[in-house]
Amino acid sequence: MATSGVQTSGEYISHHLQNLHVGQGFWSLHLDTLIVSGLLGLLAFGTMMLLARKASSGIPTGAQNCVEMVVSLVNDQVKDTFHAKSDLVTPLAITIFVWVFLMNAMDLIPVDFLPLVASSAGVDYLKVVPTTDPNLTFGMSIAVFFIMIAMNLKFKGVRGLLKEALTVPFGKYLFPVNLLFRIIEDLAKPISLALRLFGNMYAGEMVFILLAVWMGASYWWVPAGVALSLAWALFHILIITLQAFVFMMLTVVYMSMAAESH
Amino acid sequence: MNINATLLGQALWFALFIWLTMKYVWPPLQKAMQDRQKQIADGLAAGEKGRQELAASAEKVSQELQKTKEQAMEIISQAEKRSGELIEEAKNQAKLEGERIVTAAKAEIEQEVNRAKELLRAQVASLALAGAEQILQKEINAAAHGDMLQRLESELG
Repeated sequence: MATSGVQTSGEYISHHLQNLHVGQGFWSLHLDTLIVSGLLGLLAFGTMMLLARKASSGIPTGAQNCVEMVVSLVNDQVKDTFHAKSDLVTPLAITIFVWVFLMNAMDLIPVDFLPLVASSAGVDYLKVVPTTDPNLTFGMSIAVFFIMIAMNLKFKGVRGLLKEALTVPFGKYLFPVNLLFRIIEDLAKPISLALRLFGNMYAGEMVFILLAVWMGASYWWVPAGVALSLAWALFHILIITLQAFVFMMLTVVYMSMAAESH
Repeated sequence: MNINATLLGQALWFALFIWLTMKYVWPPLQKAMQDRQKQIADGLAAGEKGRQELAASAEKVSQELQKTKEQAMEIISQAEKRSGELIEEAKNQAKLEGERIVTAAKAEIEQEVNRAKELLRAQVASLALAGAEQILQKEINAAAHGDMLQRLESELG
């Protein structure tokens, strides 16, 4: 909640959708997105690093077991989809799945909890779920896009890539159409990746916020609101995992399309 | 939608985490998992091998047992045969020995009889002589027979 006393519902909602930012115009930063995603990433990958360092080939226990389960789940998917040889694809997929999952999971923390803590520490705006920030989803999907192009060049070379872009799918005489199709196809990939994740998480967060607003209207609504929030949170666990999985899976598919000639 | 430089920062975070995973998380985990897979595969293979060896050695044991039984049977039958032979031999020997003893006894008896006969014969002669002497004592004349005795003596000398 804001530091100033009473809010209208509209103010409450727009306040929740406001990032903590510094700077003006394009050269501004959403500090909350950067910090929350960065901390989650450092925590997750730091822990995984420590576990991996002392990973033994004996009977895996506790945390190592957990990490291995996640990692081998991702690896199995990669092995099923991506058939070329690459040291990058599996780590990329692991990073995406773990990171996106954790950032999405921030959605399960009650909407007002962290902003309230932050505001008592003097921070006015805090948007807790980094994946509801299109900057994050586009940041990731554009990075994936460039990795995809690099993968194309690595496996097909400049000539191979050009040949494919100009001749597939309609043959060499319709090369302008082919090229246009290829550009649209490739541009659609990062855009759909980013918007899918953003849209799902934004909508999910919005439902939580609306339920909170509803409960704020009267104490009578609190029990129903709590029940509905709980139900939505339980359902959301599925969405969180699914969206992380979809982002990862599509990335792997794009990589495999980049590595293999169609 | 408010696109700004956060996107670049986010891409940097992303790149950092990919790098971390690629360099420090995935390779050791992959190695550990592959090693474990290998260990498990080796263990299973060793177990399978042990099972096969056990079956093979059980087979061998039963073969050996069979062979040993056959040998034992053979030895027993040989022993039986041999003991029969020995008994037969001993019987024969005993028979021979008995015959020999009987023969020897018979010979001895014959000898004894002969000796007794001889003795008796000798005694009969001397008895006859003594009887004759007794009879002759009365009518013998030393002088009359002296010549004859002397003749005999010279003939002997």
